[in-house]
Amino acid sequence: MEKTAKPKSRLCTLCNEKRAALKRPKTLEQICRECFYTVFEDEIHRVIVDNQLFKPGERIAIGASGGKDSTVLAYVMSELNRRHNYGLDLFLLSVDEGITGYRDDSLETVKRNEIQYGLPLKVVSYSELYGWTMDEIVKLIGLKNNCTFCGVFRRQALDRGAALLKVDKLVTGHNADDIAETVLLNILRGIYSPNAYRGFAREFIKDLERMRPRAILDIIKSGEDFRISTSTKMPEQGICERCGYISSQKWCKACVLLEGLNRGLPKLGIGRSRGINNEHNTNTKQANGTQSLQSKQCGSLDF
Amino acid sequence: MQLTLEFGGGLELLCDSVKSHNINVDPQDGEEELTMKNLLSWVRTNVIKERPEMFMKGDSVRPGVLVLVNDTDWELSGQLETVLEEKDNVVFISTLHGG
Repeated sequence: MEKTAKPKSRLCTLCNEKRAALKRPKTLEQICRECFYTVFEDEIHRVIVDNQLFKPGERIAIGASGGKDSTVLAYVMSELNRRHNYGLDLFLLSVDEGITGYRDDSLETVKRNEIQYGLPLKVVSYSELYGWTMDEIVKLIGLKNNCTFCGVFRRQALDRGAALLKVDKLVTGHNADDIAETVLLNILRGIYSPNAYRGFAREFIKDLERMRPRAILDIIKSGEDFRISTSTKMPEQGICERCGYISSQKWCKACVLLEGLNRGLPKLGIGRSRGINNEHNTNTKQANGTQSLQSKQCGSLDF
Repeated sequence: MQLTLEFGGGLELLCDSVKSHNINVDPQDGEEELTMKNLLSWVRTNVIKERPEMFMKGDSVRPGVLVLVNDTDWELSGQLETVLEEKDNVVFISTLHGG
């Protein structure tokens, strides 16, 4: 039985026909489900057009984890491509980290996306790319620092998968909470140990949101508007001497970690320990680029 | 009063991995109505099996937990003051567990 909304809820302020189902944090408008989809999809279309993100004929990989963010992305990309004739060749790209019982369910979701949106799916695994599954890595190094391996390897696995698919671009889906958290962590990690503040940053953001729903978007805006002091040395995009994939250092982080694993020195590349790159580079502060969006803990309840 | 509760986004892990619960709960003694505030305290005692702090903060849900009453965000129905009725459907979704 379909229950009706509570009497207090009003009509959608956009269509004035249906009952409002949510209050949009961005605008505080009370809108119905259908109008939310419309404004959400139209906004994304505007961003794509205004920033000329794609050209007709391009091949685009969609990073797909099976979670909510990438599932929304896969839907929106295929829908907008169809509706507005972008002329894009879309592919789903998934990474199998080799964690027993973890990725199985979400890869099932990705396979449903493949059928539902008619997008070809490519799955790359840590095992085939690096010769190590996350289960094997955890067996060697334990549960401390394993998120570093998982995050660094996943980022490069997406690059490698994109190369295998011969795509021009890779798109990944993130929500505003994650990006605001990353902005805050990037500020905090200049001052404190980042992992000590990970849980705190998220809770802080959600508390702010309750007081002022726009706070999350405001944090992102302030992140976009950072002024970088002219004396700060920014990481330069280069190529890893060992594997040829993108790196700001002589060796990319994935190769440093992999070297450690294969030499039985898994601490190599973790924290402040000396590695290949530091022999020629005493400036460790700018060493590893920006805080990765992927690096938050994902295997545990990250409330 | 019969209600259906659903837990998602990881919250089901706090109640033995069961996502959907058909419950029977009545207004407290002396009260005529059952509000979301009453329901949350009942859920905390009777449904949540572990780590209640992942679900609640103070007398409300933790920031980052979405609450839908009959498919409508509870912000539109009065949050803790929302009055529940027979056969209502209440959904709790954590947005704090990965993407």
